[in-house]
Amino acid sequence: MKISREDVLRVAELAHLGLSREEVETYRNQLDRILSYIDKLNELDITDVEPMAQVTYSAAAPGAGRDHPELRDDVLLPCTVAEPILASAPDAAKPFFRVPKVIDR
Amino acid sequence: MSEPTNWTIPGVRAALKAKKISARELAAEFYARIDRRNAELNAYLTLSPERAYQQADRVDAAIARGDELPPLAGVPVAIKDVISTQGIRTTCASKMLETYVPPYDATAVERLDAAGAVFLGKTNCDEFAMGGSNENSAYGPVRNPHAPDRVPGGSSGGSAAAVAAGLAVAALGTDTGGSIRQPGSFCGIPGLMPTYGRVSRYGLVAFASSLDKIGPFSATVADAAAVLSVIAGHDPNDSTSAPVPVANYTAESARPVKGMRIGVPEDYFGDGLDAEVREHVEAGIARLERLGCVRIPLRMMHTDYAIATYYILATAEASSNLARYDGVRYGLRVPGGTLTEMYRQTRERGFGPEVKCRIMLGTYALSAGYYDAYYLRAQRVRTLIARDFADAFEKVDAIITPTAPTPAFKLGEKTSDPLTMYLADIYTVTGSLAGVPGISVPCGQTNAGLPVGMQIFGPHFKEGSVLQVAHAFEQSRASSN
Repeated sequence: MKISREDVLRVAELAHLGLSREEVETYRNQLDRILSYIDKLNELDITDVEPMAQVTYSAAAPGAGRDHPELRDDVLLPCTVAEPILASAPDAAKPFFRVPKVIDR
Repeated sequence: MSEPTNWTIPGVRAALKAKKISARELAAEFYARIDRRNAELNAYLTLSPERAYQQADRVDAAIARGDELPPLAGVPVAIKDVISTQGIRTTCASKMLETYVPPYDATAVERLDAAGAVFLGKTNCDEFAMGGSNENSAYGPVRNPHAPDRVPGGSSGGSAAAVAAGLAVAALGTDTGGSIRQPGSFCGIPGLMPTYGRVSRYGLVAFASSLDKIGPFSATVADAAAVLSVIAGHDPNDSTSAPVPVANYTAESARPVKGMRIGVPEDYFGDGLDAEVREHVEAGIARLERLGCVRIPLRMMHTDYAIATYYILATAEASSNLARYDGVRYGLRVPGGTLTEMYRQTRERGFGPEVKCRIMLGTYALSAGYYDAYYLRAQRVRTLIARDFADAFEKVDAIITPTAPTPAFKLGEKTSDPLTMYLADIYTVTGSLAGVPGISVPCGQTNAGLPVGMQIFGPHFKEGSVLQVAHAFEQSRASSN
């Protein structure tokens, strides 16, 4: 068994997911099976293999990554969607989103 | 499957120019079809007639004035419901976003609009694009137009079913681990995944940011080329979109394939491949050889590790991306006494079971003590898989494989256990991890009448080569049938 009930509860807490009692057992089983399968990655020798985080730099023209053509100039642009975004928020008090009180005084 | 009049993009253009039909009448014709079939297929989640008729009227006015028509003038399209559409509800097939209406268009959508397309509506999919059967939608599964007791594939099942059933001329889907190519295969139509960064992701609701791509479904390969030509290109709003010039994909796809080197990796033809699928893909390769392609056997040694790699990286990225659904700014909010309770209850109620499973797997893989063993290791194996492709493309111009190990399976057949569903992604996730373009093109039907797809991969930004092989193949099949 790779993953315990406690592991599931810990991960659910990190992810801010509420789970029912049955869900905890269901996910424990599912994650256990998936993680056991994923163990096959341990068969490979990955010494000196660089991690790959994205494909953009290597895939574009050779050398393209070096001078970062993907980065735009740092200029301000107007945001024209603030009104509709606030209008569709679950609870807004313009220009803020309202949430339950965080700090007790 | 009842065969409706098969519209194509050039067909729409010719009919509009000859004034055989107006763009408004054509949109109305498609809404009538949707009316007849959607209750059964569940391909569309939201229809957008107001915007569609506005767009159609704009095209009709241009025709009346005798203006030059943009490339997709009057073409009725569907858009997967993970892609933002201004003023049109975008749910991601989740309860979390049941009433969410985006204030802006995704760049790909904006480009379709500027090209004259008519937006019929938003298509069903697996929740947040997580799934391979469309059974993870919070709004019910989509049915395969070829066999209503079977899945259309996923996650872009609604887009694929809509085009296959003649309820749209073309559709946008998204592909993270196979979500365009596999439903294309199951529904018997071309489905194109462009190179990572070829099409802007701005306005695409993020699942796994290093893997997500937007691409078209269409009735013909030429139509896929036409849509790609419109949506491809750099976008200042997506710094991962590539500053690589956009080719004329229509012209490139029409080139003859004689002399092209096609690689056939034996690693994609092993255990687990359905016998009928194998037979049709082998026959497809033989057809390409008759067209003058040179078959080159390949080994791609890390193929067998792709699913494990993909499900670590994609879920890790998803767990981070989906942290934004907290009930604060948009979408569902379930009130709670404290902020943390509000987050927890909102996410408990808003997310479906598969999304929760993936968030937990990703959170686990990124958590203290496990990061090196899972996430970092998977990133290193990703490099090995990408090298397999780079090495192969030293020797060949395209790689041919089956798209999926089986034809469309039955609804409920693989829902009991996520891993069983994941294993069906074996032939598609490899290219996703490498970031190369790939297409699924129909190559036959099983004895039971189910479509089979053949997958064609090309080097980064060589969509033209992929489309070229697919187009020649499609033309050859059509002329010999």
